[in-house]
Amino acid sequence: MSNVILEMKNIHKHFPGVYALKDVNFELKAGEVHGVLGENGAGKSTLMKVLGGIYRVDEGEIYIEGQKMAIHDVKDSQNAGVSIIHQELVLVPHMSVAENIFSGREPTGKLGFIKTEEMLGKAQHLLDFFHLGINASQLVCKLNIAEQQMVEVARAISFNSKILVMDEPTSSLTEKEVNFLFTTIENLKSQGVGIIYISHRMSELFRITDRITVMRDGQYISTKVTKETNVNDLISLMVGRELTSYYHKIPHELGANALEVKNLTRKGVFSNINFNLRQGEILGFSGLVGAGRSEIMKSIFGLDRLDSGEIFIHGKKVTIKSPNDAMNFGIALVPENRKDEGLIMKGQVGYNMTLRILDQFITFMNVDAIKENEIINTYVEKLAIKTSSTFQLISNLSGGNQQKVVIAKWLAAKPQILILDEPTRGVDVNAKAEIYEIINRLAQEGVSIIMISSELPEIINMSDRVIVVRNGSIAGMLKREEFSQERIMHMATGGI
Amino acid sequence: MMLKVATNHKSNFFKKIGLDMLEFVKENVGILIGFAVLCVALSIISPAFLTEANILNILRQVSTNANLALGMTLVIIICGIDLSVGSIVALSGTVTGGLIAFSNVPIPAAVFAGILVGTLAGVFNGVMVAYTGIPSFIVTLAMLNIARGAAYVYTGGQPIRVMNEDFNVIGAGYLGAIPLPVIYSFVFLLLTAIILNKTKLGRHIYAVGGNKEAARFTGIKIKRIEIFVYTFSGFLAAFSGVVLAARMFSGQPTVGNGFELDAIAAVVLGGTSMTGGIGKIGGTLIGVLVIGVLNNGLNLLNINSFWQLIIKGIVILAAVYVDMMKKRKEAQV
Repeated sequence: MSNVILEMKNIHKHFPGVYALKDVNFELKAGEVHGVLGENGAGKSTLMKVLGGIYRVDEGEIYIEGQKMAIHDVKDSQNAGVSIIHQELVLVPHMSVAENIFSGREPTGKLGFIKTEEMLGKAQHLLDFFHLGINASQLVCKLNIAEQQMVEVARAISFNSKILVMDEPTSSLTEKEVNFLFTTIENLKSQGVGIIYISHRMSELFRITDRITVMRDGQYISTKVTKETNVNDLISLMVGRELTSYYHKIPHELGANALEVKNLTRKGVFSNINFNLRQGEILGFSGLVGAGRSEIMKSIFGLDRLDSGEIFIHGKKVTIKSPNDAMNFGIALVPENRKDEGLIMKGQVGYNMTLRILDQFITFMNVDAIKENEIINTYVEKLAIKTSSTFQLISNLSGGNQQKVVIAKWLAAKPQILILDEPTRGVDVNAKAEIYEIINRLAQEGVSIIMISSELPEIINMSDRVIVVRNGSIAGMLKREEFSQERIMHMATGGI
Repeated sequence: MMLKVATNHKSNFFKKIGLDMLEFVKENVGILIGFAVLCVALSIISPAFLTEANILNILRQVSTNANLALGMTLVIIICGIDLSVGSIVALSGTVTGGLIAFSNVPIPAAVFAGILVGTLAGVFNGVMVAYTGIPSFIVTLAMLNIARGAAYVYTGGQPIRVMNEDFNVIGAGYLGAIPLPVIYSFVFLLLTAIILNKTKLGRHIYAVGGNKEAARFTGIKIKRIEIFVYTFSGFLAAFSGVVLAARMFSGQPTVGNGFELDAIAAVVLGGTSMTGGIGKIGGTLIGVLVIGVLNNGLNLLNINSFWQLIIKGIVILAAVYVDMMKKRKEAQV
């Protein structure tokens, strides 16, 4: 055990309404690549943020090289020898490689001027050490993504980091660039650096890691030696929870095709998407974050342009160029991110709820306040929205009630096809159950529903069929009797 | 706090009639108190302040700034800025004046042409902002130069004298005891308030300013809203320019220098948020009056105009600071 450089013991972390990390243990050895695997929301990122000093633990201890560490902020974490390379790179594009590597710690002379030559020399030395073939004086914006990532690695090493965290480092890399990255990782390993490697990609995990730790629902599940495990084992560890159902689906007769799409393609985002949606059906869309589910829906809704493909509504071919076109065909989209895409946070509850249906009570210069109130109150009651008044600012409502307002906003337009993108994200358990009930009731009333969700139990409990999206294409379709968490996860991760 | 609890139980009727007034007072309580203190102090210090003649004088003096500030309120609500209004005032005034004095164009046609030219400058601003993505600050800064330059080119840099009584009436006439420019401003005030509070357009304006992305998801035609708002601002500036030229018997290319800044000051004093999405016409009205009364009072007190600028600057800073503190406190509750 002498070569263990990081030990995280009994880590607990609460957020309001969420128990993000429950008694998590994690161990990393020097010269080891340790994969961390788990579904969206399993707690991987939270654990790394705790290590990186972005969050403080509620309970638990962190030991680095056997020494107990108090990590309160990012500086503490850096001083302890931890570097994190985030999924989104945080380099300054119009500065040189050297300036980026040493930003905030530039070598300076007596008068406080930066010693540019010295800085360039040091940076070049570092880059050459890893045979990166990057010129330290080059501007970062001239480099490709893989090279930029290497600059991040060099920056991390310049802190003398012993522990390097890489969060989905290959998500935007080409095959060749991935090889380049892996060579660098091997290099770092031989220097005795411990690397925590977060990824969903099974093939990469098996190629590069020594051990893999699986997390689920904020808990530590198991750690396996990579050579002694396989994809099936890992997937069952990832999804091995018991299915708790918040709501029992009442099956009902489905009607004819309400929506059918053929060969939808948006270059570089998704391609050849084919599916149909029947009247009264709940069609689940599963997949990993970034697989392209939301993007497909945005294009159907007219927010993004399609490069090719056809959309049929009730059997008729239609052209949708804007959200207004989509709404005229009876489509509504409840977006993924209510704060950025769904609501005017500076506005009131009633204002937000009616923004889509102003025609129903405003004629030219006259607001029919009585009718407006009627409409608002109908939906406040129907969706059991808890607010002190309809004039309350939306920002004062709880997440669940805000979400219900977004749903109400679109229900008020009486859609025939309702697309819900992560309808229960960030809402508490009670609000979740209520939202499920609303969705089911709508389906029974004959509304056709597409529900994107990253929560497997939710998808499995609610859907009539599930489509799994991976890397911008449909990886498979499952009927209700074929549903299982393992099968969906297999399709989503490509671990078949 | 008491008010908030009480309003929740009011009937619909009060929400329509009474609540608006209460909300208005509540939201603008800081500046209203400041305004009241200013008025009381001035009426004690200077006996000339609280006379009918002086009050009408103040109202006439603020009418131009009122018009510009109304347009500016909409622009700032959608998270923009319009720096070109002062120059548009000069351009439309000189065009109208020139058409009458040089070209013998009938007065109504000349007035129409002047307003049209200024309004088109606003349309141009709106189209550029909506379609090119150039920030409104830059677009309207360019228009500030272009419109001013055009006014100089058209007049050769000299004021155009228009000794025409019929034209003069437009800016110097009265309706009963009230100067016509005050009447115009009042009409525009109602018009703008109706747009913001009683139309779909108004609600869309708040949505675009509050969250452009959410507005897009809602299917609001953002470009149209932007073009409308800058056009409206341009129209109000153009109208004010023609009225000002009529009152002064001349189209002057130098007029209106810095008017945009007074308009912005009034809007900000009135509690409109520079980050968009929040703003009320009532607030802007008070902002306009505060600046007007302050100018008038400092004149009555014989404070020299150089010092007036310094005092105005300090008042703006102080008022906005107090307002921000108040809002921050509310947000914490």
